Amino acid sequence: MASGTTAKGIGKGFGQPGEVPAWVNNALLPVLNLVAALVVSSLVILAIGENPLAAMEVLLYGSFGYPEAIGFTLYYATNFIFTGLAVSVAFHCGLFNIGGEGQAYIGGLAIGLVGLTLGGMPWPVVAVVAIVAGALGGAAWAYVPAYLQAKRGSHIVITTIMFNFIAASIMTYLLVDVLIAPGQQSPESRQFDQSTWLPFMHQALAWVGIDIPNSPLNLSFVWALACCALVWVFVWHTRWGYEIRTVGQNERAAVYAGISPSRNIILAMAISGALAAFVGLNEVLGVHHRLILGFTGGVGFVGIAVALMGRNHPIGIVLAALLFGALYQGGSELAFEFPNINREMVVVIQGLVILFAGALENLFKARIEALFRRTARQPAAAG
Amino acid sequence: MDYLTLLSVLDGTVRTAAPLVLAALAGLFAERSGVVDIGLEGKMLAGAFAAAAAASVTGSPWLGLLAAIGAGILLSMVHAYATVTHHGNQVVSGMAINILVAGLTPTLAFAWFQQGGQTPILQAGERFESLALPLADMLGGAVPVLGPLYREVISGHNILVYAAALAVPAAAWVVYRSRFGLRLRAVGENPSAVDTAGISVAKLRYQALVICGALTGAAGAYLSTAQGAGFVRDMTAGMGYLALAALIFGKWRPAPTLFACLLFALADAVQIRLQGVAIPGIGIIPVQFIQMLPYVLTVLLLAGFVGKAVAPKASGIPYVKER
Repeated sequence: MASGTTAKGIGKGFGQPGEVPAWVNNALLPVLNLVAALVVSSLVILAIGENPLAAMEVLLYGSFGYPEAIGFTLYYATNFIFTGLAVSVAFHCGLFNIGGEGQAYIGGLAIGLVGLTLGGMPWPVVAVVAIVAGALGGAAWAYVPAYLQAKRGSHIVITTIMFNFIAASIMTYLLVDVLIAPGQQSPESRQFDQSTWLPFMHQALAWVGIDIPNSPLNLSFVWALACCALVWVFVWHTRWGYEIRTVGQNERAAVYAGISPSRNIILAMAISGALAAFVGLNEVLGVHHRLILGFTGGVGFVGIAVALMGRNHPIGIVLAALLFGALYQGGSELAFEFPNINREMVVVIQGLVILFAGALENLFKARIEALFRRTARQPAAAG
Repeated sequence: MDYLTLLSVLDGTVRTAAPLVLAALAGLFAERSGVVDIGLEGKMLAGAFAAAAAASVTGSPWLGLLAAIGAGILLSMVHAYATVTHHGNQVVSGMAINILVAGLTPTLAFAWFQQGGQTPILQAGERFESLALPLADMLGGAVPVLGPLYREVISGHNILVYAAALAVPAAAWVVYRSRFGLRLRAVGENPSAVDTAGISVAKLRYQALVICGALTGAAGAYLSTAQGAGFVRDMTAGMGYLALAALIFGKWRPAPTLFACLLFALADAVQIRLQGVAIPGIGIIPVQFIQMLPYVLTVLLLAGFVGKAVAPKASGIPYVKER
């Protein structure tokens, strides 16, 4: 395992990792675990009376088969990059942030309020203000559980889950009673002024003469990639990132080194919440152009899987987010094509990926490592 | 609030507390053995689905309960396989179970029953009916104060409520008085000492998780075949997490955990009563704020009114035998 890329307790096997090439741990094992998850998913598809191979084909074609599908896949992946990064930053500090859902919701609220109030302003201004406001909203929502963990020792897993529920209640109240568009029945705010909308990718690329089919993919995808770079620099090339990783690896050692665990817990969680909040940029400012109920739709939880599969590294997270984006987009085609399959099948595959890639990550590890050690020893013995 | 209203609130408290108690005790066995179980929520949901599906197909709530217990144990074994056998991260494993079940239950219901992700509504014989305890009606009319309390709050629940009530002293006895309980507590505090004594850490943790699975399954069965009449998606709605919070609040002990569950259930019963009621000086509180009461209460309780809660020392740490 590359040093420092894992959170506390995650990815610490019992072999001697030094003897195995890095690509085995960072590529081969995740792929093997993914295959295992897909095999079990196939069994589920079989159990509900559909053909798994045909389903996988539809899944693949529906996610990458034609240009528009790729746009949709990347649009979903944008959300997962944000939440995956969010979970990973907390992981580096040894924290398990299950609150990405609530942080994305409240951050999205802040972004939505910016969209509602800055009508008429040009979109670049709105986007910058929205990024700042969203980050503050998400960070604020993560701050409370972080503070309680750091200062009062409350279990961060439980408090972040409770904050998801509380955020959902608050948003329901706001959208049903306060922000609802006048004369409107369904709980959503009025549409933002068109000048504030984040440009779609097909619009942005048309400016430079590139023609791609219409899809919800928008400029927040570019911001997601920028966030990957920012997180990479922050975690591995700044003093703050170093302190966060130290706390994550060994809190006691951090204390002896003069690093304050509580300060870093709060910092890591605030950044984590800010990253999760950018889901609102993609959904609210980029696609829906209004606040709607439940626009997060479980992306905070998918972020856990994305971070785990991506080994908490931005590049891995982009790849894993693509995988889950494909699952989402292909999954909706799946529900469309097969009478017995509905959208929740995607959640099943997600759960299995988390199970095999996260919890059962040691399943093949010992065997594969033993295999590599044996093959590495043989030439030496021969010579 | 008059006496009868109070009684009906208490009655609602008992009804809501029952599945919380079963799930919290399930968590207690798991955590006392050193395995954190965030997956309570998912196992309850699986239990709820299995119970409703089996009861609907076979016509018997008892077979439904059996199926629920089976489903709970099966998922617990997945958790055990990942965390005990393969030393996987316990929180990740629990979350995986929750997400898997959240997707799997509507998927299966959709494919099997064709009713949009629900099971058919259970008929009279397919559910656990409420039982009138002996003399409830007579005492309720004749004895002041205690009579109505007996009739409204203690009598008139289904068998699973009484089972949950009995499970608390039973769990306390097992944990504190039986040989298994002694070993269970030891393995949660210091697994290597248990290992040195020649007792298998893995076997004990598997056993604890079997109990945990059975209890969560029963808690789920309560939701779909006793309290409700059939399975609807996400019907646990965070109850598994509340149970976990109650366990922490109850400091991993059966009796205090029971009281924590009753407190959360009371908050829920009051919450239902408060909806649409004007409170003097404040007016009508929006229903969403009332609904978040149990969650806010959880955060507040965990934030500082718990006192010093010390988890079993080995909880959350995979045991890897030294070689």
